[in-house]
Amino acid sequence: MSLSTPTDDRPGTIDAIPVRRPGRMVAVVAVVAVTVLLAYEIVTNKAFDWPFTFEAMNQNTVIQGFIFGTLFATVGSMILGVGLGVALAVMRMSENPVLRVVAGGYVWFFRAIPRYALLVILGGAGAFFPGGLGPIDINRLSTTIWMAILGLGLSEAAYMAEIARSGIISVDKGQREAAEAIGMNPSQTMRRIVLPQAMRVIVPPTGNEFIAMFKDTSLLVALPLSGEMFFQLRAIGAATYKLIPTMMAAALYYLVTATILGFGQGYLERHFGRGYAPLQAQQRRKTRAVADTRGETPLMFPGSDH
Amino acid sequence: MANHLVDRSVPPLVKAVNVHKSFGPLEVLKGIDLEVYPGEVVVLLGPSGSGKTTFLRLINQMELLTGGRIWVDGELIGVEERGGKLHRRKDSDIARQRSRIGMVFQQFNLFPHKTALENITEGQLVVTRKKKAAAVERARDLLRQVGLSDKEAAYPGQLSGGQQQRVAIARALAMDPDLMLFDEPTSALDPELVGEVLTVMKTLASEGVTMIVVTHEMGFAREVADRVVFMDGGVVVEQGTPHDVLGNPQQERIKAFLSRVRHEESPA
Repeated sequence: MSLSTPTDDRPGTIDAIPVRRPGRMVAVVAVVAVTVLLAYEIVTNKAFDWPFTFEAMNQNTVIQGFIFGTLFATVGSMILGVGLGVALAVMRMSENPVLRVVAGGYVWFFRAIPRYALLVILGGAGAFFPGGLGPIDINRLSTTIWMAILGLGLSEAAYMAEIARSGIISVDKGQREAAEAIGMNPSQTMRRIVLPQAMRVIVPPTGNEFIAMFKDTSLLVALPLSGEMFFQLRAIGAATYKLIPTMMAAALYYLVTATILGFGQGYLERHFGRGYAPLQAQQRRKTRAVADTRGETPLMFPGSDH
Repeated sequence: MANHLVDRSVPPLVKAVNVHKSFGPLEVLKGIDLEVYPGEVVVLLGPSGSGKTTFLRLINQMELLTGGRIWVDGELIGVEERGGKLHRRKDSDIARQRSRIGMVFQQFNLFPHKTALENITEGQLVVTRKKKAAAVERARDLLRQVGLSDKEAAYPGQLSGGQQQRVAIARALAMDPDLMLFDEPTSALDPELVGEVLTVMKTLASEGVTMIVVTHEMGFAREVADRVVFMDGGVVVEQGTPHDVLGNPQQERIKAFLSRVRHEESPA
């Protein structure tokens, strides 16, 4: 104990008893109780039919649909969406009024169209161009993974444009001035100085978009894209009349993958946070930097090493 | 005292004639005439709002001038004359003009996602397209000049304000500019860090770098400036050697300004 002794009346280390928080204990008990009840129900209720769920998850068509449909469509449409979205954001902030209006119109249009409706329209696009569109056979393309990526990517670009724009705005205008002062042109300034710093603001919501897009691939039944996991599971559910177990199978796939994607997001955030360490680490460094300054002779003349 | 003789028989490096600048209805500069000769150190003084910083930003085209002309090294800034008419310059042309002028900002504006060394190599690699090895060698050389050899791998967030500003000076010098502009380079610094930045600037002045400096550091003006230009209300009120302008001011406005800053000045 650190109570002061008679010989030393200067107070010592504080070793105090923490404040009691009984409310927390009650909350923990309640949360555990609800969780256990739910888990018990999910495991024991025959309607869930877990053996069937795992069997459905293990079907070749489902696994292939997950890899070549769900995952591939997610990655493909996000690449298209992020690339086009950043381009739209840069256009929207350009001095060129033509670019600004085009980008504004694009965002207005694709943000207003529900993805499901857009995918139905694209899936049926072959009917508008029975002879194909130039060299492209729309009819054959319309229910492929490429049309899926196009549809989801075009829609995503509208949202990414807004996210990228907020990122670009967040970069201090002194950064642009400093880059231009050393003679960088506007496009070099944007690519090398502004966008890398904007990434810090862009990455977290883009991670959310990525996970949301991963789940939105289930909308591809509107195209319809048969080589996709959700389509396959729904087909199994419809054929066997066991809809709930197949939906649980889909939910498990989405849950596990979204968890993994969440870890990836954390990694990317750290990568683009270079130079902006979390507050605590930064303060520790600051103290060190100041200490360094104090111990240092500031002036060095050219050629005089120290 | 001036550190070196300035040759005024050669054409001026910077020539500003009747420079006007308005922000909407607010006229900030009302006809500035100024010539700066190669190797000269000119300090712009004046109360805040007098237009010093705006004038500096016009030279580097951070703002567009609304009237008058500025020539740097004989070339019109921002516009060019073709067929008897003035045409605005293209982005690439403006970038080329800016690359000849180094600028140091009050808030340093180092690139936070790049290390001290990368901040200094950036312009050399991207603008003048130097080889990586040459750019790094030059950057290390400059870091040594500003006394930060041991900080090349540090990110700006890990450096003190004074260290950041010295890296910023090195970044500007890496482009081998004809002219250096300093916009209140020590105003954002803690008092104990001002000295290290001023010392670097003094060294540059003694090496014959042409400098235009906006500052409130009277000691620096007195000691380093070849010429002091006092601005107020968007016009040049008086200019001359530091001795004449600061030691024996002719105008009430300058006397009032000097007595104000003298109160703020810490004993040097």
